[in-house]
Amino acid sequence: MSTFDNPFDSDRNLRAGCICGQHRSAAEHEQATALHCEPVESEEKRYEGVVASAVMRAMFPQDVARRAFLKSVGASTALAALSQFFPLKTATEVFAQAGTPEKKDLKVGFIPITCATPIIMAAPMGFYSRHGLNVEVVKTAGWAVIRDKTINKEYDAAHMLAPMPIAISLGLGANAIPFAVPAIENINGQGIVLAAKHKDKRDPKDWKGLKFAIPFDYSMHNYLLRYYLAEHGLDPDTDVQLRSVPPPEMVANLRADNIDGFLAPDNICQRAIYDGVGFMHLLSKEIWDGHPCCSFAASREFITSAPNSFAALTRAIVDATAYASKAENRKQIAEAIAPANYINAPVTVLEQVLTGTYADGLGGVKTDAKRVDFDPFPWQSFAVWMLTQMKRWGQIKGDVDYKAVAEQVYLATDTKKLMTEMGLSPPASAYKSFAVMGKTFDPAKPEDYVASFKIRKSS
Amino acid sequence: MTSSLRLRAGLVSIALLAAFLGIWHLATRSTGPVATMSPEYAKLMGLTATQGKSAMPGPLDVGAKLWEHLRRPFYDNGPNDKGLGIQLGYSIGRVGTGYLLAVLVAIPLGFLIGMSPLLSKALDPFIQVLKPISPLAWMPLALYTIKDSSISAIFVIFICSIWPMLLNTVFGVASVRKEWINVARTLEVGTVRRAFTVILPAAAPTILTGMRISIGIAWLVIVAAEMLVGGTGIGYFVWNEWNNLSITNVIIAILLIGIVGMLLDQILARFTRMVTYPE
Repeated sequence: MSTFDNPFDSDRNLRAGCICGQHRSAAEHEQATALHCEPVESEEKRYEGVVASAVMRAMFPQDVARRAFLKSVGASTALAALSQFFPLKTATEVFAQAGTPEKKDLKVGFIPITCATPIIMAAPMGFYSRHGLNVEVVKTAGWAVIRDKTINKEYDAAHMLAPMPIAISLGLGANAIPFAVPAIENINGQGIVLAAKHKDKRDPKDWKGLKFAIPFDYSMHNYLLRYYLAEHGLDPDTDVQLRSVPPPEMVANLRADNIDGFLAPDNICQRAIYDGVGFMHLLSKEIWDGHPCCSFAASREFITSAPNSFAALTRAIVDATAYASKAENRKQIAEAIAPANYINAPVTVLEQVLTGTYADGLGGVKTDAKRVDFDPFPWQSFAVWMLTQMKRWGQIKGDVDYKAVAEQVYLATDTKKLMTEMGLSPPASAYKSFAVMGKTFDPAKPEDYVASFKIRKSS
Repeated sequence: MTSSLRLRAGLVSIALLAAFLGIWHLATRSTGPVATMSPEYAKLMGLTATQGKSAMPGPLDVGAKLWEHLRRPFYDNGPNDKGLGIQLGYSIGRVGTGYLLAVLVAIPLGFLIGMSPLLSKALDPFIQVLKPISPLAWMPLALYTIKDSSISAIFVIFICSIWPMLLNTVFGVASVRKEWINVARTLEVGTVRRAFTVILPAAAPTILTGMRISIGIAWLVIVAAEMLVGGTGIGYFVWNEWNNLSITNVIIAILLIGIVGMLLDQILARFTRMVTYPE
């Protein structure tokens, strides 16, 4: 079951593909039939749906049994029957109140890129206020600043690159302060952009001596670019130059010919194309489809001192992420986050990123609905993978307890509980295996994985 | 004679400005080469790519945008988007606070050091080492210890404006004419009274010159500091518009920073004239 599926749909296929079997994917099927219920708009209805879903799941923990029940009586009858003997109304009210937040006025920092979409949109689109919070989202100048301001408690929580909370917790490039990640912001949504003059240099083997920019040392961008280069036989430490450059300065540097390309967060990639200085060489999803990028992070101290505020914040983020994961909402989101108060970028650029229909900078229009996607679940296997790359490139020296660090920083258990309460269906395990450029990663054997790479920093 | 010189200087200024604007306009008007592209592709691209428009805005673009800003300088669209008037207000507030704190510390301290040759010699090495440090180098240390970005910005202003004032006060106090001090001593004037009625008026022009140098430096530094810590202020405005690659707004901000800096300098210059007496 995927996270955002409707458990009242008896026809929903439990395997991949579509329900009726005539379409390749569920999305295609939905487009073809287009008879599915619209997302419920009103807040009360939403909660009712959430609570009813949770009760339904609790009554029929097994998918097959629930399906049979729904088939025989129909969804509306089932709901009516449920409300007969279960006080759905009361339960909904209780759920909506769910622990008064200790602190209502919160500050959340963000970097103006589309990765922060759920954090940003939750303010103008009312997701924070729906969960009883008054959140001020504050634009911040760079990753180091957002780290320092969160450590200083100027921000209660913040948008961070997915490896940053791990690095902070381990004391890499900062004092060791325990941080935690309750939700991943976005998956995919990055890209390798090359300067327009390199149009004919599409083979990475010809990239020796080029200068590339990455947003931060502890970033998925750094690890993905290094991985990509190494898979093509280039040693990222000796064959090319990698520079940490704040995202906004990347386009200007590309124009000024100071760098040859970058692996950067979106809207920056699309902005370079929009301004005619570069072209999209490759979407990051072609390196690893479904890779995490940015995370929503808070210090352990905030979580223990204000658990209800933290839970409400996480609920709001998960809620916003769920909304953002639906393709039909993306245009509206692009308009909501484009103004100067938020990302401050042209709407067309954000629309191209979020809808996945974009100009590639070479004269073509490409479509990839999953160019950026949103899924909040903080897979601990993601954290283990990042740790293996930190080890591979010499950011961590010595032995690493991969599992312990991953479990301490990526709060899969808590988020799972929260998502279940919200009527979503989180995955059963916090570890999954995935493939990066065709090479399978087994989260149970991180040491072997690190050792399997020929190109890595000799330590 | 003087009025005609003024008139001529004014005319030359206007001519220079007109020439500058004219060259700017011509330089940015030209359009670059444009590749042919399909209409649906062009719809997704910016003006630089589709019409070959120069990435640098011309004076007309800047003028129009400036008028837009000046018409509503105090709008507030939330924490990350405020009018230019509000942003300038934040910056001036920070500079004012840090600067006043520096005045409160530097002038009394400078007096003490200037009046005592022993202290002057003993503290000299410290001042010499601390003075040339770029104020922004203090930023990480300040952020780390103070744990508050806006107070850190004020601290950076404080630390950068203290040295010129301190040194000028020391110098001014130490170089008061010996005759005046001796006369005061002959008339058996007490130390406190001597400090306020003889030394202070004599050293005031030098002290105010130090203050004038300081306010200039403080205004230079605040923009950089705000670009670093973000949040509010004219420096943040520059950073935010840089983020959107809006060179037009960056140019407007540069213009306003220059004007405010000039006004601050003029105010201090007027004070200096007030305390300067021809001997």
